[in-house]
Amino acid sequence: MAESFEITDEMRALVGVESESWTHEVTTTSVRAFARGVGYTDPVYFDEAEARKAGYSSLPAPPTYLGTPVFIPGRSNDTFSGPRPTGPTLNHGLPGLLDGGTETIYERPIVAGDVLNVTTKLADLEVKQSRGLGVMLISTTETICRDAHTGDLVARQRAQAIFY
Amino acid sequence: MPAFADVNTGDALPELVKSPDRSQLVKYAAGSGDFNPLHFDPDFPQAQQIGDNIVHGRMKYASLGELVSNWLGHSGWVRSISCQYRGMDMRGATFTCKGQVTAKREDGGQKIVELEVWTEDTQGARTTPGTATVVLRA
Repeated sequence: MAESFEITDEMRALVGVESESWTHEVTTTSVRAFARGVGYTDPVYFDEAEARKAGYSSLPAPPTYLGTPVFIPGRSNDTFSGPRPTGPTLNHGLPGLLDGGTETIYERPIVAGDVLNVTTKLADLEVKQSRGLGVMLISTTETICRDAHTGDLVARQRAQAIFY
Repeated sequence: MPAFADVNTGDALPELVKSPDRSQLVKYAAGSGDFNPLHFDPDFPQAQQIGDNIVHGRMKYASLGELVSNWLGHSGWVRSISCQYRGMDMRGATFTCKGQVTAKREDGGQKIVELEVWTEDTQGARTTPGTATVVLRA
């Protein structure tokens, strides 16, 4: 259990720096795979005819699904499937990691056929004291999804990671 | 399919019960791209330490999305959805996704409904509390 922790200038310098863009694809197959993984039975997420009847141009993305990052061996993270960072990363030395929370804010619904240009940035760093875990570093990462064709903002996701 | 006029604060969303077994967690890993072995490999050291594999927090988050989607019935869209991961749910254990309407308002012609959503384990602990904002078409 860490007794104390200080956010260094080096760490603070990473806040607000946007990553290189990475492509996320939203396809009929990827929507089905996600919906199946969650356990959906609603045919609108599986059957294109049902999706059209419900008013969509193709299968809609289930809430919280922001497409599948294109996987390229060597450039993608083999466990989490996202791109490996190309810039400097947060070097905090704390061994424990917990997922704190996730928030997604949509500008419009996402549908199969969408191609998203996705960047991430460290939005916030905060040190907190917890009775169970000791000193914790809470980092908030913002993921920004833009329409690859128009450049318009489609969705933003803020995720908290707890290092302890 | 809720119509804005018929939605009231305090309305409960139909509950969604889940007990994801290992094969379901593997399907979620494949669908989401999160292949952390903590969620499906019984030999993974951290899983052995905890006693079993645990459900992906993000799968519970997505399940709250399913709860809202089932209630919406495509009569609108999800503007935002959030949750916090407060407690672990173990492989195969039952958790129930629940929700209720906390507010409704019209904003610039948009019919907006605010929801409180959460997952609850069999002991009644809210392991994943959150909120959602939906926009209804009519």
